[in-house]
Amino acid sequence: MQRMKTNKNFKSNLITYGIVIVAFAIAQTLQSTGNLSSLMKGLLVPICVYVILAVSLNLVVGISGELSLGHAGFMCVGAFFSAFFSKCMVDVIPISGLRFFFAVLVGAAGAAVFGVLIGIPVLRLRGDYLAIVTLAFGEIIKNVINVFYIGRDSNGFHFSMKDQFSLGMEPDGVMLLSGPQGITGITRDSSFLAGVILILITLFIVLNLIDSRDGRAIKSIRDNRIAAESIGINITKYKLMAFTVSAALAGMAGALYSHNLATLQASKFNFNTSILALVFVVLGGIGNIRGSVIAAVVLTALPELLRGLADYRMLIYAIVLIVMMLFNWAPKALEWRERYLGRIFRKSAKEGK
Amino acid sequence: MAVMLDVKNLGISFGGLRAVNGFDLKIEKGELYGLIGPNGAGKTTVFNLLTGVYKPNEGCVMLDGQDITGKSTIEINKAGIARTFQNIRLFKDMSVLDNVKAGLHNHYKYSTLAGIFRTPSFRRTETEMNERAIELLKVFDLDGEVDYLASNLPYGKQRKLEIARALATEPKLLLLDEPAAGMNPNETQELMDTIHFVRDNFHMTILLIEHDMRLVSGICEELTVLNFGEVLAQGKTAEVLNNPQVITAYLGE
Amino acid sequence: MSLLSYLINGISLGSVYAIIALGYTMVYGIAKMLNFAHGDVIMVGGYAALTMMLSLNANPLIAVLVAIVVCTVLGITIEAIAYRPLRQAASPLAVLITAIGVSYLLQNIVLLIFGSSPKSFQSVVLVPDLKLAEGALMISGETIVTIISCIVIMIALTTFINKTKAGQAMLAVSEDKGAAQLMGINVNGTIALTFAIGSGLAAIAGVLLCSSYPSLSPYTGSMPGIKAFVAAVFGGIGSIPGAMIGGILLGIIEILGKAYISAQLADAIVFAVLIVVLLVKPTGLLGKKIQEKV
Repeated sequence: MQRMKTNKNFKSNLITYGIVIVAFAIAQTLQSTGNLSSLMKGLLVPICVYVILAVSLNLVVGISGELSLGHAGFMCVGAFFSAFFSKCMVDVIPISGLRFFFAVLVGAAGAAVFGVLIGIPVLRLRGDYLAIVTLAFGEIIKNVINVFYIGRDSNGFHFSMKDQFSLGMEPDGVMLLSGPQGITGITRDSSFLAGVILILITLFIVLNLIDSRDGRAIKSIRDNRIAAESIGINITKYKLMAFTVSAALAGMAGALYSHNLATLQASKFNFNTSILALVFVVLGGIGNIRGSVIAAVVLTALPELLRGLADYRMLIYAIVLIVMMLFNWAPKALEWRERYLGRIFRKSAKEGK
Repeated sequence: MAVMLDVKNLGISFGGLRAVNGFDLKIEKGELYGLIGPNGAGKTTVFNLLTGVYKPNEGCVMLDGQDITGKSTIEINKAGIARTFQNIRLFKDMSVLDNVKAGLHNHYKYSTLAGIFRTPSFRRTETEMNERAIELLKVFDLDGEVDYLASNLPYGKQRKLEIARALATEPKLLLLDEPAAGMNPNETQELMDTIHFVRDNFHMTILLIEHDMRLVSGICEELTVLNFGEVLAQGKTAEVLNNPQVITAYLGE
Repeated sequence: MSLLSYLINGISLGSVYAIIALGYTMVYGIAKMLNFAHGDVIMVGGYAALTMMLSLNANPLIAVLVAIVVCTVLGITIEAIAYRPLRQAASPLAVLITAIGVSYLLQNIVLLIFGSSPKSFQSVVLVPDLKLAEGALMISGETIVTIISCIVIMIALTTFINKTKAGQAMLAVSEDKGAAQLMGINVNGTIALTFAIGSGLAAIAGVLLCSSYPSLSPYTGSMPGIKAFVAAVFGGIGSIPGAMIGGILLGIIEILGKAYISAQLADAIVFAVLIVVLLVKPTGLLGKKIQEKV
């Protein structure tokens, strides 16, 4: 009996990895046979970014059960830390792949540190308050990065919170980070292959974490905090674990994102980006990791492919979000589904997710 | 016999309301003890005080010789008290098996990284957890439903699963809050047998809140009657139930 | 003198936040939901008034009235279509996510109709500027009208809630929906009325905000909306005087932060205040404590 269940989860996870690998193979084949439009080529890395972002957000929203509205903030930290690292290390590590590997680690680690620092106060709150405070932190991160100026010359690093000129650099100085203008001239180290590898790493971490002792603890807190306490589960520890892992993975997405751009500005990581990730999570099914992957791919590619829809993209997202929530959560809609689609849903519910 | 739970002069107020006052209770190891009283007498509040959900304003709680007064719910569970809830609190979106395995959390360990990388220690521990969980589920005749979502179980089985989950934490003292609520007479009879079985086979001390007098008189060896937050009567079940004050409190003048 | 004029500007901005925060706090108190789209209702109010004045050459006062009507209808509609079906939903996050969807829907509908470029807003205020201390201190007409409107609204709302039957019904619903229903109160109607009042106030706030800061775009409402929510939390969510105090304090903090610390960090400062308040006193300045029943 127990063996059957482990096998089932394992099989379901394999399908998820399989979907990613097959999608990668198809995209690569199309690209090498020249069947991929330049528009679509440009989307390959951003799609990977959004998949990682959505999967990592689902760990907090779906598995840990807390609504985070500041996910873009962690992506922002990862993007800036990794891009800053790469800019400093261009001469030290000349091999692009190796440099990117370390940049991703730096981005993830930076975001994880912020995850812990922000998580400790935030996770004391609940529900709406938690959501609004994560939003606040996301905005604060963006605003704070916007006022930093860092340069380097023969004397070392210079730092200011006012402007470029107060750095007082020698003529040979190079700007590394210039406030709202952000970081320019980033080495474009990311690639579609790197993106897909990062997706697989993200899935490996998230899927295995969910299906382990720690994952059970996280889910038990989501389902019933008081009962989880009553069986001796440390609420703070496991909420913080989910939050931090999620932040680190978002940081990884940020690293992938920043190394695909020539210029990186903090204003890109606004509330809209956080909401976009949330739309993917909701549409793919809250708590359903494979769903997040598919939703992120489809929703990123579709509006761009159907050119005419590009203007209506956000409008469509908004409508989809509302309709999905009503259909999945409104008691009347659930009743209706039970009545007309009852047999199918009962069957899948019994088997668990 | 040795004392498992020793409560002295426990009290708590909410605002101006005195919910529990001067509550004393002594339960011996292996005893099946009942806490009864009219609605609103403060029975569940006593449970919440014992399990650290509320912090008492005064008094002390000793569990098996260890002072647990004012400790957190988590510490108290680790010290050896597990409970069920009046309004069932299962992990609804988790499988029946995972509900019990969550209860095993503090007794079977491997690191987070071992879990992510599926090391041999992960596999070994998970297998042991599965075996232990199935063993517990068998006691409650739930081993046929391991893969069901907890919320899909019928009501009576949900109550049993909650007890199984509590037992998984390997407590010394088990608190059951109205275990027979909503059950029909057959189910109640079956539950009484199960409670007996748990006490005998797990060498458990059990304190339960119950309104079903048949269950109370059938399995509890001793009783405490609570009324308006204070102890009205205490002692052997038969004596307490024949106490005229208790009858008045339940049936009115 | 500059400190004084900053303070007055702060109170003026804070008064707008306070009016928006009243809508948040009433809805939160009664429907127990964070109406994320509230800020965008402000923006719709601004566009409604602007359209009336530009296209139909309407008198500013009539434009304001039309904006109020539009927003009130909008508020009731949103509640009925998007929020009411989710009131009994299992997860409290469901309605919040839906509200975020509504917020985006409003922004994008307006974006499609009016375009993304900011429109310059024509002030609706006819009161002349006030010059004090021989011209050293100038208080604009907008500031005067905003502060007075805020005080009038606060008094009117308090009177409404305490003296009228509908107001008492609101209090009852906010305490216990089920019990209120059993007492014969029309719970759905009361919640709809709350949304109506909140959205009507949002229209007024929108017009006042755009009169003081005369630029209107589909995103105009979102930041003031979020900040007004911060104000409501700051003052204690569910409390009307709390929303007032929270709003005004927040306006002052923002303006002083902009003036003395950093213009770019002003928003960060406002959010930092929210975080500190929630951590030190999670119920806000005047809020009530709620304990979960076990």
